[in-house]
Amino acid sequence: MVIQRDIKKTMNKAKYDVAIIGGGHNGLTTACYLAKAGLKVVVVERHDYVGGAAVSRELHPGWTYSNCSYVCSLLRPEIFRDLELSKHGLQIIPYEGSASMLDDGRFYAHYQDHDLTYRSIAQFSKKDAEAYDRFGKDVMRQCKIIKPLLKLTPPDPTSFKPKDIMGLFEFAKYFAAKDELGGLGEKEIYDTIRFWTMSVRDYLEEYFESDIVKVHLAGSAIIGTALGPYSPGSAYVLLHHYMGEVDGTVGAWGYSRGGMGSITKAMASSFKSKNGEIKAGSPVTKILIKNNKSYGLVLENGDEIYADKIVSNLDVKRTFLKVVEEKELPSDFYRAVKNFKIRGSSGKLNIALDDLPVWKSIPIGDPAGTGDLHITQNIEEMEGAYDDWKDGKWSQFPYVDMCIPSINDPTMAPQGKHYMSVFIQYVPYNLADGGWTEEKRKEFGKHVMERIGNYSTNFKDIINHAEIRTPKELEAEVGLTEGNIFQGELTMDQLMFNRPVPGYAQYKTPIKNLYMCGSSTHPGGGVMGAPGANAAREILKDLNKKMSTHYI
Amino acid sequence: MNTTKISYKKPLLETPFHERTSEHCYSNDWYRWAGYKVAKEYSSTELEYTSMRNTAGVIDITPMHKYDIKGEDAKNFINKLITKDISNIQSNQVAYGIWCNEDGMVIDDGTIFCFNENHFRIFCAERNLNWFSDTGTGFNVTIEDISSSIAALAFQGPLSCKILNLLQVKNIENLKPFHFDSYKIEHHNVIISRTGFSGDLGYEIWCDPSQAIDVWDNLFKFNRDYKVLAAGMNALDMVRIEAGFIQPNADFMSAEQALRPNRMRNPYELGLGWLVNLDKEYFTGKQALIRHKEKGPEKKLVGLDVEGDKPAVGSVLYDNSKKNIAKEIGIVTAAMWSPVLKSNIAIGFVNKEYYKLGSNVYAEIYHPEELDYRKIWAECKVVKKQFFNNPRRNAIPAFI
Ligand SMILES: Cc1cc2nc3c(=O)[nH]c(=O)nc-3n(C[C@H](O)[C@H](O)[C@H](O)COP(=O)(O)OP(=O)(O)OC[C@H]3O[C@@H](n4cnc5c(N)ncnc54)[C@H](O)[C@@H]3O)c2cc1C
Repeated sequence: MVIQRDIKKTMNKAKYDVAIIGGGHNGLTTACYLAKAGLKVVVVERHDYVGGAAVSRELHPGWTYSNCSYVCSLLRPEIFRDLELSKHGLQIIPYEGSASMLDDGRFYAHYQDHDLTYRSIAQFSKKDAEAYDRFGKDVMRQCKIIKPLLKLTPPDPTSFKPKDIMGLFEFAKYFAAKDELGGLGEKEIYDTIRFWTMSVRDYLEEYFESDIVKVHLAGSAIIGTALGPYSPGSAYVLLHHYMGEVDGTVGAWGYSRGGMGSITKAMASSFKSKNGEIKAGSPVTKILIKNNKSYGLVLENGDEIYADKIVSNLDVKRTFLKVVEEKELPSDFYRAVKNFKIRGSSGKLNIALDDLPVWKSIPIGDPAGTGDLHITQNIEEMEGAYDDWKDGKWSQFPYVDMCIPSINDPTMAPQGKHYMSVFIQYVPYNLADGGWTEEKRKEFGKHVMERIGNYSTNFKDIINHAEIRTPKELEAEVGLTEGNIFQGELTMDQLMFNRPVPGYAQYKTPIKNLYMCGSSTHPGGGVMGAPGANAAREILKDLNKKMSTHYI
Repeated sequence: MNTTKISYKKPLLETPFHERTSEHCYSNDWYRWAGYKVAKEYSSTELEYTSMRNTAGVIDITPMHKYDIKGEDAKNFINKLITKDISNIQSNQVAYGIWCNEDGMVIDDGTIFCFNENHFRIFCAERNLNWFSDTGTGFNVTIEDISSSIAALAFQGPLSCKILNLLQVKNIENLKPFHFDSYKIEHHNVIISRTGFSGDLGYEIWCDPSQAIDVWDNLFKFNRDYKVLAAGMNALDMVRIEAGFIQPNADFMSAEQALRPNRMRNPYELGLGWLVNLDKEYFTGKQALIRHKEKGPEKKLVGLDVEGDKPAVGSVLYDNSKKNIAKEIGIVTAAMWSPVLKSNIAIGFVNKEYYKLGSNVYAEIYHPEELDYRKIWAECKVVKKQFFNNPRRNAIPAFI
């Protein structure tokens, strides 16, 4: 009896309107909007810092690592504006170029300057240099179609149109018609269907003849996925990486000044300025549910937190297989969650360098060397890297997306020294020969660094510290199941009204008062904020609260 | 061949005339054209313009795209590409043509030089290698982008022939409009065509980049008597508007480049129906063009004679003299005060009900005046686009 009275007391004392599990950028986005609307909101984060996969951490004295995500484009500008992220310290520095280094000593580059890019591509193929504009226009058109969809809560296809894939395109057509494109013709709809279902290799083949052009562009289509360039559906992933913008330049990428953690730091600051509360260092072990209604959280230390609405920023698997008990869930939903594809395929190295790497091909000072750098030679090599992954090995010739943010961002490393971020595709979550060990992790890191070293005259000698992360570490640290960077594959069967699972694409769950706001929901992964803002809008709707911001 | 190594420090290329153009380009105000630096204005647009209407002006048009079409199917290829019929074209003749996509939407226009049955050369404003290559499948032709291997000058104005004649360019006065031939300027072999954008007497001179500077210098040789000026892109824009020549991505969006499908235009909408020959056998866009013609254009690019003297740049066009009840019916794509015509002229799109010659529409002109805008509601009369067409343009022999 005494105990029960105690619970009641705490309930009255620490009751929130909304409790958000997880302080990733999406959880924080939801939190900011809800706090802005006047609700009493708490964010409960496992680590003693917020940010999830958008963090800056000093893991080596003097150096700041963008520990997981490393470049910004997808973050919706309306969210940036609504949350006053500039006032709270966020700034994005646009890319100046990007390059692929070739085995024959040449390099292939894109620049901010259109004419320079044309001539750079024309060195390999004049036709491709021209085709790049065609490609750019077509991708841009698809981005324009998709843009209004990002902000949208996907309609329920069972109350909408056909349940099959076509429903999606009815949906696209309907909204695109309202868009400034002035409605889409049949042709554009066919293009959309093709783009969303094709392999990136087939897609690029329609535009380009040169291997290096194709492989340079194909990178965006395999980052973070368990698809290869020949896999149907990979073209969509490319689109996913093109639909962001920097100051109105669609498809452009930039560095977040101070690392990706500046984004979540600014969000946290914005949240606190609206009287939001963050409970860091508090892993949630269970969501309290009674009569199919959630009402609170249990923390690892046994504390309980009560709230009218609970929102999970964790991926859908972690939410429903780890913190909600199976008995609370309808079995078809439980099965759908179990079947949700969330395969890890990426690794990450964060490297502290004592000097600027000198590349064998790219001259010092060339802006091509300041953005994303690659060393893959052709699509077949890329597909081969994928084959290794399927065999349960890390790729012998991995696709790397590396960059040196410290060239443009003066806050990342001590003067004269540099920070290098290396994203690696593909790395399996489980190794075929007996699983990951500490030794194999190191061997994997060494393998990647050796490969990079082959393209530089000094790289091997200037490595001061390297943090090596496989999908295992990504899972352990961020909580991304299997280390999948998008909180779930971006394939047709898991997008729009199928994300995360059919019937539950509207940020709601089978449990009353329990919502989802992470990248497992529409429109998916990346540091975008759209899932978080969309979830906030749904919650406000359910609470009959009106809000008028740039996004909502 | 241009083998300049690319460097990020020099994003723009210099044409073979750069040594001279940079000397003349007092304002150092460069315009980007296909990756090259060309002068926007050398010293005074007004004087540069005047030279083309009074003596002769020299314009560096090297950045123009140039494609060689060779092979036994060269002529068939061109006939599939463009909308008009060139079956009867002769060697040394130039055809002006447009090409459309399968939906009958205009991609670009250009001049097509016939060297012989098996060799044509296309000059155009936009890059077209992809489009030409797509069109060329199944034909026995090679399509080569030779843009950087030829230096080019437009030499336009009433004295252009006279000066070439003084330079001993033999028989140049008898070169007919839309024809070309090989000539010598000093000891340099050049190709000269009687073509150009000015709507006046004028030539285009094509030479090897190594001879560029010499050819340039020759054109200025008689400046003591007849003042020739280097003219920039601004002056060129003036003469081309007066002549009623329209420009892709200025007056209409090229169908290859338009992001928004509803911004593409068919030839009838551009007033270029006369370049379409629907009796010709299959060519790209034919089916769609038959439909477009039947339907008639919903809007059309027309000439506008604008009231007053304030250029209607970027103006929206309306249907009524009373602003408060007026409805939007079009848009101006190019506008200027014409010094030679002493008229306020413009080119613009108007809706169906208004494209008949003589129709009245109204432009809202925002005229900047000492940090303020004067809003002018100007009456415009729909007229022919070709505002200026001097008889000396087509006279044979040409004036020497
Ligand atoms: C290596 C890597 C590189 C990437 N690169 C880029 C890039 O360059 N650009 C880009 O746009 N995107 C990139 N991404 C993707 C992007 O970072 C993620 O999709 C995005 O950050 C996910 O945000 P989120 O808020 O949805 O979830 P998360 O960031 O996963 O947030 C979930 C939060 O929940 C917390 N949590 C987990 N379990 C619990 C628990 N039981 N109790 C309390 N809290 C818990 C976690 O600590 C975390 O803070 C990358 C991702 C990775 C992993």
